[in-house]
Amino acid sequence: MLLALLFIACLPPALSVPTCGKDHNDGYQVRLSIKTALGSDAYAWNPSEMFLFRATLAFAMRKVLQAQPFEVSNIVVCNETQRVSFWFIVTSPDDNTTLIPKATVERAVRESRKRINSAFLLSDKTLEFVGIHPTLATPIQPATPTWLIVFGVVMGAVCAGIVALLLSSFVQKRRRDRRKGQGDKDSGRGVTCDGLEGRDGVYNLSFSDDDRLTKL
Amino acid sequence: MDTAETDGPKTEERPKWDNKAQYLLTCIGFAVGLGNVWRFPYLCQIYGGGAFLIPYLIALVFEGLPLLYLELAIGQRLRMGSISVWNSISPYFGGVGVASQAVSFLVGLFYNTILAWVLWYFFHSFQEPLPWSQCPVIEDQTGYVPECEASTPVNYFWYRETLNISPNVETSGSLHWWLVVCLGAAWCIVYICFIRGIETIGKAVYVTATFPYLVLTIFLVRALTLPGATEGLRYLFTPKWEILENPQVWLDAATQIFFSLSLAFGGLIAFSSYNPEKNNCERDAVLVGCINSATSLYASIPIFAILGFKATSNYNSCLESNILALTNKFDIADQNMTIENYDSWMDYLTEMAPEQVAQLHLRECSLQTFLDQSASGTGLAFIVFTEAVIEMPGSQIWAVLFFVMLFSLGLSSMFGNLEGVLTPLLDLNLVPKWMPKELFTGLICLLSFSVALIFTLGSGNYWLEIFNSYVGSIPLLIIAFFEIVAVVFIYGIRRFSSDIEFMTGRRPNLYWRVCWMVISPLMLLVVFVAYIAVQVQSHPTYPAWDPEYEKFPLPWVQPYPDWVIAICVLLAGVPVLPIPLVALYQLVKFLISRQKRGSRHAPNNPYTNQAFEIKKIIITEEQHFLNIKI
Repeated sequence: MLLALLFIACLPPALSVPTCGKDHNDGYQVRLSIKTALGSDAYAWNPSEMFLFRATLAFAMRKVLQAQPFEVSNIVVCNETQRVSFWFIVTSPDDNTTLIPKATVERAVRESRKRINSAFLLSDKTLEFVGIHPTLATPIQPATPTWLIVFGVVMGAVCAGIVALLLSSFVQKRRRDRRKGQGDKDSGRGVTCDGLEGRDGVYNLSFSDDDRLTKL
Repeated sequence: MDTAETDGPKTEERPKWDNKAQYLLTCIGFAVGLGNVWRFPYLCQIYGGGAFLIPYLIALVFEGLPLLYLELAIGQRLRMGSISVWNSISPYFGGVGVASQAVSFLVGLFYNTILAWVLWYFFHSFQEPLPWSQCPVIEDQTGYVPECEASTPVNYFWYRETLNISPNVETSGSLHWWLVVCLGAAWCIVYICFIRGIETIGKAVYVTATFPYLVLTIFLVRALTLPGATEGLRYLFTPKWEILENPQVWLDAATQIFFSLSLAFGGLIAFSSYNPEKNNCERDAVLVGCINSATSLYASIPIFAILGFKATSNYNSCLESNILALTNKFDIADQNMTIENYDSWMDYLTEMAPEQVAQLHLRECSLQTFLDQSASGTGLAFIVFTEAVIEMPGSQIWAVLFFVMLFSLGLSSMFGNLEGVLTPLLDLNLVPKWMPKELFTGLICLLSFSVALIFTLGSGNYWLEIFNSYVGSIPLLIIAFFEIVAVVFIYGIRRFSSDIEFMTGRRPNLYWRVCWMVISPLMLLVVFVAYIAVQVQSHPTYPAWDPEYEKFPLPWVQPYPDWVIAICVLLAGVPVLPIPLVALYQLVKFLISRQKRGSRHAPNNPYTNQAFEIKKIIITEEQHFLNIKI
């Protein structure tokens, strides 16, 4: 009886040792694509790199839950594959058996995402936390949209050109008119010509019609 | 032929080209337009690559060159714009000139709208990164705009941020200020080049006609070094001879040559009317025609190299996404599975775990499918090409170069369009004397800009396609047919040959005469009938961009509503209406005047000088008076 009771008493703690893996609710899967990101400069994934990962994650947790001193041992990793992918869960520093809920872990990862990425020389795409979508960067919006600036430059040049051409043709026309007006009055040798402005004709005195009917 | 020199604005003499090069460059610039870059390569691709060149060259030799020579020759001989030229040949054919003018005006409207779009893209090419390379994010930054996610960023930028297109042609939407502004800029640029007629055009054309060749060469050199370029070129030029049995190929080759040379717009007649009288227009015609076709061929090489590159990139990204999915699923080491060993891995995995592979729903990646995704027209320039440019390193420079090239190509064609509208008006003295030419040109540009505002509405793109299909096709065929009939049968081939002998120094040889008298009119008639037959076979439809469509992003092919079809018929019919109307008017005038002459039996005989008789009486009386006095 006592043995049974002892067994029953020992069961819950045994059951509550946190297990990580696919079936666990509070864990996250991580995938790293080091060769894709770095090509020939790729480093090999080894236990030291794993230690760095756990340390970085502990740092991220500390940033979010400032009261609790997370240690490397609080980040439990399992199911490592040669893809380089693994699962991890985060245990509470006060009590090894309690897990930090998924939402808090997600918040921690999101806030320190950039630091985690740069620790491994990777990016959001190549260091993937399955289930945590990266926040999309806001495209930089300059105060004046770029296209309006270019438009302003082009239109300014075109309008200046139009005004210049119109002015020059106007000036040319005036100069031509003025020259035409002067030419009538003075042909350059002191000879003046009168036009037939408004008159029907000039009576030509040298022409007489006396001898129209010749007397035979 | 006795040409009564109308005195009109010709108290000064007719403007002249500064030199032969300006004239040739202007004609080449008019002929070489956007169609050479975005229609010919597409036709080459869908009609069996190298095999298409055969119907194309046959159409050039038997239809394109004779018509081109004819237009240049009559313009040079009669030295007037299109309306006056046809009036001189025969008053009954004056309507041909009016029809040319109407078509030039309508085509100029939508052509400049395309240039406005090119300007819009050009302005945006200075942005880093290119705005069509990424989807915009929604406000809370958790995802991309759904319309953009469903299609591609390039499509989204074109249909939503540029056109802001409405879901169908009935929904007009409102005027889009950014398009209005770009349209205004485009018309201002056209105005500044046109401000003093051929004086300024002749200068502008040194740049606009030569720059595209420079850019095409730069693109050629760059494109041939891109990976996948050879795939595209091989795809383009591999001839599929059996396609020649399809009559549609011959029809499209004939229409392509015809529209590519910009015949029947009246612009070529106007340009050659500024030539000196004794100019070898035969050589000019052959030169312009051959350069136009050569440019089409030359342009298709970099275009297809770049499309091949784009297809290869798409194919590679498709494979990469499959590889990623498989690598993640089967926990294969990173980069163990690559594009090179993809096939062997796939075989291995499908053997080992077929259900798991099937579960992943991998995309079917086929290079051929990507190569088949062809496009012509605005789709090629603004969707396919812009997507290719993103992948190229230094994408902004390539985008800027490409859009400046498109703008130059279109601008030099706009010169011809506007010339076809303005020169007849100036020649007919419809311009009041007090109005300087600059003001008149400005008014025409302003009028065109106001009418073209319909293309800046939400449904503007749909209307542009309608204008493109109906105004820029059937009326031109009809006008060209009447042109050739008027010259060959009314004016007379003998008189025309004498004119050509006067201008070039020798009579046209057998080839030209046979083409003018028989082959070209016959070809035009056949092409016209076949074109109409193909059009009426099915109810016309159009692809609409509707995000609500269940198969979005595929375009929703909808039929045109009846009122739109009525407008299409009007657009095709009204420009050619002047031809019968003017002929009828002249006939009625002739009949009335003959009737009036018949009712008087002392006609206006110029030899009876009634004033002389009256004067004689007066002198005799005076003389009598003087005699008495003396």
